[in-house]
Amino acid sequence: MAVCIAVIAKENYPLYIRSVPTQNELKFHYTVHTSLDVVEEKISAVGKSLGDQRELYLGLLYPTEDYKVYGYVTNSKVKFVIVVDSSNTSLRDNEIRSMFRKLHNSFTDVMCNPFHNPGDSIQSKAFDGIVSGMMQTG
Amino acid sequence: MECQEEKPIIYTMENKPIVTCAGDQGLFTSLYTSLAQQLPREPMEWRRTYGRAPKMIHLEANFVQFKEELLPKEGNKALLTFPFLHIYWTDCCDTEMYKTSVKEEMMRWQSSLRTHGSADWVIIVVETNDTKKKNKTNILPRSSIVDKIRSDFCNKQNDRCVVLSDPLKDSSRSQESWNALLLKLRTLLLMSFTKNLGRFEDDMRTLREKRTQPGWSFCEYFMVQEELAFVFEMLQQFEDALVQYDELDALFTQYVLNFGAGDTANWLGSFCAPVRSWSGLLLRRPIDMEKREGIQRGEASLLDLRSYLFSRQCTLLIFLQRPWEVTQRALELLHNCVQELRLLEVSVLEGALDCWVFLSCLEVLHRIEGCCDQAQLAANCSHTVGLWAYATDKLKSLGEHCGLVSEKGPTSEDLNRTVDLLAGLGDERPETIHSLQSPYKKLKEALSSVEAFERHYLELSHAAMEMYRAIGRMRSARLVGKSLAEFYMRKGDPERAETLLQEALKSYVSEGWSLPVTHTRKQIAECQKLLGRTEDYLQTSALLAGDVNLTTEERKHFCQEILTFAAKSGEPSHKVTLSMSVFAQLTRLQFHPATASVHSGANLRVELTLRCLMPMSVRIEQVAAIIHFDVDHGGTHGRSKGAQRQTSPGTVEFNQDKSSACPPSSSFTGPSLELDEIHDRSPSDNSLNSAGVVCKNTHLLLRRHDSNSPPNTSNCVSPPAVAMKEGAQMLKVQDVTLEPGINSIIFTAPSEQPGTYTLRQLCATVGQVQFVLPHMYPSVQYEVYSQEPQLTVEPLAEPLLAGLPQIVKFTLLTGHYTVKKGVALQLSNTDTMPILPSTSCTARISNPAAELVGESVLSIQSSEKVTSISLPPTPPYHTLEFQLEVLCIIPSGSDRPANERLTNGEVRHRPRSYSHPDTPMTAIDQRMSIDCPWSIYSTLLALTFYIPFKTKHSLLSAGNRKYMQVCVQNVSDVTFMLAEVKLTEKQHASLELQSLNTKTQQLLCSKHSVFCLWEVRWKDDLPSCLQCVFSANFSPLNQEISAFKPFHYQFQLERVTTLYSVRAEILPPAGEQHCRSGFLCGLEVCITRLSEPTEGEMAEETDTDGLKTTKLMYEVADSSSNWAVCGKSSGMVSMPMRANATHKVQIEVMPLFAGHLPFPKIKVLKYLPHTAAVAIQPDPDSCVENDSLSLLDKTLDDQADTASIRSRGSVHSVGSGDQQQRGVAMPRLEPFSPGQVFNNSHARQVLVLPATDDHIMEVNAT
Repeated sequence: MAVCIAVIAKENYPLYIRSVPTQNELKFHYTVHTSLDVVEEKISAVGKSLGDQRELYLGLLYPTEDYKVYGYVTNSKVKFVIVVDSSNTSLRDNEIRSMFRKLHNSFTDVMCNPFHNPGDSIQSKAFDGIVSGMMQTG
Repeated sequence: MECQEEKPIIYTMENKPIVTCAGDQGLFTSLYTSLAQQLPREPMEWRRTYGRAPKMIHLEANFVQFKEELLPKEGNKALLTFPFLHIYWTDCCDTEMYKTSVKEEMMRWQSSLRTHGSADWVIIVVETNDTKKKNKTNILPRSSIVDKIRSDFCNKQNDRCVVLSDPLKDSSRSQESWNALLLKLRTLLLMSFTKNLGRFEDDMRTLREKRTQPGWSFCEYFMVQEELAFVFEMLQQFEDALVQYDELDALFTQYVLNFGAGDTANWLGSFCAPVRSWSGLLLRRPIDMEKREGIQRGEASLLDLRSYLFSRQCTLLIFLQRPWEVTQRALELLHNCVQELRLLEVSVLEGALDCWVFLSCLEVLHRIEGCCDQAQLAANCSHTVGLWAYATDKLKSLGEHCGLVSEKGPTSEDLNRTVDLLAGLGDERPETIHSLQSPYKKLKEALSSVEAFERHYLELSHAAMEMYRAIGRMRSARLVGKSLAEFYMRKGDPERAETLLQEALKSYVSEGWSLPVTHTRKQIAECQKLLGRTEDYLQTSALLAGDVNLTTEERKHFCQEILTFAAKSGEPSHKVTLSMSVFAQLTRLQFHPATASVHSGANLRVELTLRCLMPMSVRIEQVAAIIHFDVDHGGTHGRSKGAQRQTSPGTVEFNQDKSSACPPSSSFTGPSLELDEIHDRSPSDNSLNSAGVVCKNTHLLLRRHDSNSPPNTSNCVSPPAVAMKEGAQMLKVQDVTLEPGINSIIFTAPSEQPGTYTLRQLCATVGQVQFVLPHMYPSVQYEVYSQEPQLTVEPLAEPLLAGLPQIVKFTLLTGHYTVKKGVALQLSNTDTMPILPSTSCTARISNPAAELVGESVLSIQSSEKVTSISLPPTPPYHTLEFQLEVLCIIPSGSDRPANERLTNGEVRHRPRSYSHPDTPMTAIDQRMSIDCPWSIYSTLLALTFYIPFKTKHSLLSAGNRKYMQVCVQNVSDVTFMLAEVKLTEKQHASLELQSLNTKTQQLLCSKHSVFCLWEVRWKDDLPSCLQCVFSANFSPLNQEISAFKPFHYQFQLERVTTLYSVRAEILPPAGEQHCRSGFLCGLEVCITRLSEPTEGEMAEETDTDGLKTTKLMYEVADSSSNWAVCGKSSGMVSMPMRANATHKVQIEVMPLFAGHLPFPKIKVLKYLPHTAAVAIQPDPDSCVENDSLSLLDKTLDDQADTASIRSRGSVHSVGSGDQQQRGVAMPRLEPFSPGQVFNNSHARQVLVLPATDDHIMEVNAT
């Protein structure tokens, strides 16, 4: 499924980033970081047209030869990015959406933890588990 | 654009639906022009099958002469050449002619149509006036020919025969018939389309459904569906045409995916053949017939098919004016093709795909440039930039593949590879052969030499970066820049690489992406090493050595780099200065002692906690903290300036960001505002001059945000310029080994000079390298103070009560003074506050940390004037405390001792009593004068004592008999016992004061009063002035008898003797026994002089009888409105000045109520005629308060007040006028002193009966 999942704070620093261990982690960091360009572009484009009725799912941010990068942004401008292998064609848009929704729910749980300091990187095991579930090749 | 002139010929635009024409060719030719013109003029609505939306469509037609060959044979699927409508033209109007030739010809035409199953035909009969005229002879009703044709051919299809009248005339009739014809033609054409296309689509679908059958071929199907696309294109329905291609695209994609999933279709085999040609997309022709034929023959490779499909889609999208969709689809296509080739496991020469992608990208871009102007292109960068970046990427990998990036240039192996790649490109296409910058030429040139490659690569990179920047995708631009930097590095140009890397690094740092930061930094380190920029390199190395993202080996390597440099023996003057924050972090600073405030010369230790970020232990030659020293101008009051607000005293926590990995939120929000209050005290008397709030970190808050050094120096790319300030003083520790992690370093702080020491910088030296922390923040300071000895005396318990022994605490802060043995304090004794000797007086000595260090017994020697207290030896900056018992004697009265001089020459300050606003008690300030051995001046100290009692006296009379009452009110919070209450008269021994008080001891509770009464008895004469002393012993409750202390109260009474007695009598009306309300009754006032005139008394007038008389004024005043005075209520009486002289006055009064009514009040006042005004006795109001008499005065004042209240009433106005105009010779009234007039009928009551016919009853409920 996903090869890299990242949660990025409103200020664009990573709160959580994890990729498939077999591949070059650094490359994904670069990819996710660059994808923020498109995320910002999309957010500002949406902001102009629709106002508050905003779709959180941003869709395919940009394809590369090897990966497809999908984006999602919460109302508090926390961004989720999922990178999928391009060869993995079985994933449909709806599945990506549901992955984001799951991720968002789990993220909300993390934020609800009174011991979690918003703005700190996410260290929750539950969240880790959800992410692992999405990254398992299956 | 040089390719402008060879604008592609759009092949399909030539195509129009074919309409055949049979019959009279001459006739048709004459009408052809107008027909061809007018047919597309009006749009028609085309209703579609399968729920597709209807469309307005402009119809055109290609009219060709009918030939039987044109009719499609069975099984021919070609749609482009399909004749959609067959027309038969005739202008026959002659029945005979019709019967003989025309009908037959029509029959033949019809039958040939029928054999080919074509039902789309129409017969047009043209009628002209000319023909009518010509055939005038054998004229038939002109409709008859048409009718005949209709009956012969149009079996129930009357609409298949149309009449066109006078087509060449310009008449309304002709126009009408034209319109009818055109409408008919359009309708029929559309009907034909619907029918034939519908049939075609059905066939096509059937064919598609067979795709699971073994013999099915995609290429065949492709051709069929494309035919449909062509037709739609012909009809200018580009949208529909595009749909056909998209369906084909999707179908093919699905097959490839299925292949990947293991479901192989046979026909896919041809697409799995190794790729031999990678010449890229070709978008300049509307239809690439070469490739199309390849597909038709089933010989096309996957890239061919994809290229062809995309070129068609591209053409249609450009027709639809959606060029940006082309770029987007192109990118998808290129990615997809690469994936598909991988999926199908097609063997491709390495680099071939790069070539293909590169060429394709450029081709798409060229195509787009060809159909848009520059402004449009610039505005839509976001659509094209992806292709640019992709092309750049691919060219780079090609360059690497072909050895064009290395410093040395390509090897022979590289050259071989290049040749192989170029071979796959084939020859340049004829379309671009004259274009100077065709993608083909570019690629060939780029691969031809290192220089050309570099030129092309840079051009592309910069173009991509520019575009990314233009659309605000800075991160993408930097990533391209980074890639370019890597190129420069391989080319051996670290300088340019570094600039690009630094830019990228800045972005990663500012957004807190630690892994890219580490990676980029490593590259920068490499550049800097190559460039020989030692300082920068060491700084970067330090950052990397502390970077947790690196492996320990890597970190050790970088750490070793620094240490190696440090160990080098360079010129000692030049040391490399690096930022401390990357090497170690100051986490905590602790002062011992915690107050961070010591007296000069004391031992102050500073403990620094450093977190070393290095991966191995580092030996530091010297750690130094540079101190800024401020001489404390404030003097000795250093202690009051507790400068730092610290959570735990003496500890400063430095909360820095842990590492560069930490979210850089601080760089967004900036440091928080830190405020502190300041007090500016006057140096002389320590009074507050001003107070304010200062911001302590303005240097952080007000820094420019775009400056090169972000606040977080640990993320800083290059170290900030740290200039070690050559401070005079520093804390130093030599030879420290810092282990990775937490280290603690203890300094001994200099504390010689008093003042404020601020720790400014921290510097660690390792050989040639210095790590400097340029600012310690929050600022840390400690104070060294020098203090003068200070002696304070304060009550042990508040408040100090006068009259009782009280304990006061002496506190001596020795300051810099050493108390040696035998040093003594000299207290000047005063009478008003003696120091009570006590048996054991212990002094406690405590050190600055308030710990008890010693106790010793004080020796106190009292002489007549001085009490000397010998102090125990005490070291400097210690506190000496002891307690003494003192007694403040309550001032009792009027005696006013002469000014005395104290032993030291000070004027004795008489304790002055005053009322304090906070307490009802009267306060007395007692000054103490102490001679201290460390000063030539005496120390003056004030203690405030409070008198626990308030005493009042009053004189009571009963006729001639006199009583004295003293009221003692306890105003303190303590309960006392009062004993031995006594009253004595000082001057007149004959006077006897008989106590009427019974108890010897009385309880006097807090806030309560005790009244004591004495009767005055005298033998000869009652003196007019009495000087009395009230005395009592008191002690707090539950104390032994010895604790009783005396209390004295002096007062003076004047004009004591009773001069007049006033008696009033109410007489009922005549004949009545009692008064009745509402009836007049008499009030008889009888004033009797009781005493002989005394010396002090002055006679105002001498009577005719020679008797001295004095004038009195009486007044009947009823304050409670019980009585109504009828007639005069006041009057003047002349009294002879002798005993028993009596004067009676009759006044009529009327009771207003029934009941026991109190007598109306009768006042008697002294009347002073104007002549006597000069000789007036001192006015009570003019009595000036002075020191000694204040207590006494107070009581006198009170009495005067009550007297003046009494004197108010009807004469008030006179009195007040008199007071205002004092000194003017006016008659005045003067009240008598209390006791001078005795009122016999005071408080008497008389019974008043209600009026007999009282029918009003009043009830007063109170």
